[in-house]
Amino acid sequence: MPKSIADCLRHAAPQALYSLAGCLVPWLAVAAALAGAAGLYVAFFVAPTDAQQGEVYRIVFVHVPAAWMSMFIYVVMAFWAAVGLSLNTRLAFMMAHALAPTGAMFTFLALWTGAIWGKPTWGAWWVWDARFASELILLFLYLGYMALNAAIDDPRRADRACALLALAGTLNLPLICYSVPNIAGRTPLQGVLIMGAAFWMYSIALALSRVRCVILEAEAA
Amino acid sequence: MSWASWSEFVAMNGQGAYVWGAFVVCAVALALEPWLLALRRRNIVDYLRRGARQG
Repeated sequence: MPKSIADCLRHAAPQALYSLAGCLVPWLAVAAALAGAAGLYVAFFVAPTDAQQGEVYRIVFVHVPAAWMSMFIYVVMAFWAAVGLSLNTRLAFMMAHALAPTGAMFTFLALWTGAIWGKPTWGAWWVWDARFASELILLFLYLGYMALNAAIDDPRRADRACALLALAGTLNLPLICYSVPNIAGRTPLQGVLIMGAAFWMYSIALALSRVRCVILEAEAA
Repeated sequence: MSWASWSEFVAMNGQGAYVWGAFVVCAVALALEPWLLALRRRNIVDYLRRGARQG
C-alpha cells in the first residue's frame, strides 16, 4: 500500500531538519561570537560609569538579555508543545525538548546575575518579590520539564506529558512580564540589544545542535 | 569609558567581585553548554556507529 504524502512528510521532516540545522549552526555560532564581542566592548569600553550605581550596573548587559531569553525560549518551547499536541508531529516535540536546557541555563544566569546585582545595589542577594519568585518558578518549570522527559520511558507519552507541563507553565509568564521593572530610558539599550542578539544567535545554534542529537537518539531507540 | 590601567579595569572601582562574578559565571555557563552537548553528540554517534558495524 502506498504511503500517504503526510506519512512521507512526517518521516522526511526530521532528516531534512537534521541537515538544515547542520548547515545553519556554524553561521549562527560565528554571528553569536561576533555580536557577543561587540556587546562586551560596549559593556566595558563604551558605556560610562553609572552616576548612582557605579560600575556594578554593567551587569545589566548580561542580566537583561539573559532574563529576556529565559522568557522568549519558554514561549517558543510552549509554541512547539502546542503544535506537537494539535498536529501530533514528533518534530515539534523534539524542538521543544531541544529548547528546555538552554532556557534553564538562561534562567539560572538571570537569577545569578540578578542576585549579584541586587546585593550592592539594594543590599540583599534575594528578596521574595513577584519578580524573583516568578523567575524561580520558571527555572523549576524548565527543570521539571527535563525531569519529566527523562522519567517516562515511552517517548510518545513523554512528549505529551512534557507538552502539557509546558503549556500549563505559560500561566507564569504574565506574572514575570508585569513584575519586571520598565527599563526603557534607564539602561543603555544599544549595548543590551547587541548582547541580546548574541544570546538569540547562541540559543538558536544550541537548540538546533541539540535537536540533531534528539533526532539521532530517537533513531537509536 | 576608558580605563587608565589594566588593574583599574580588573578592580572596577572596588566592585570587581560583583562585576566579574556575574560576567565570568555567564562566560563559563555559555561555554559549558556547547561542551556538554558535544559530549552528548559523541555518545550517540559512537553508539550508532557501533550498531552499524555489528549490523
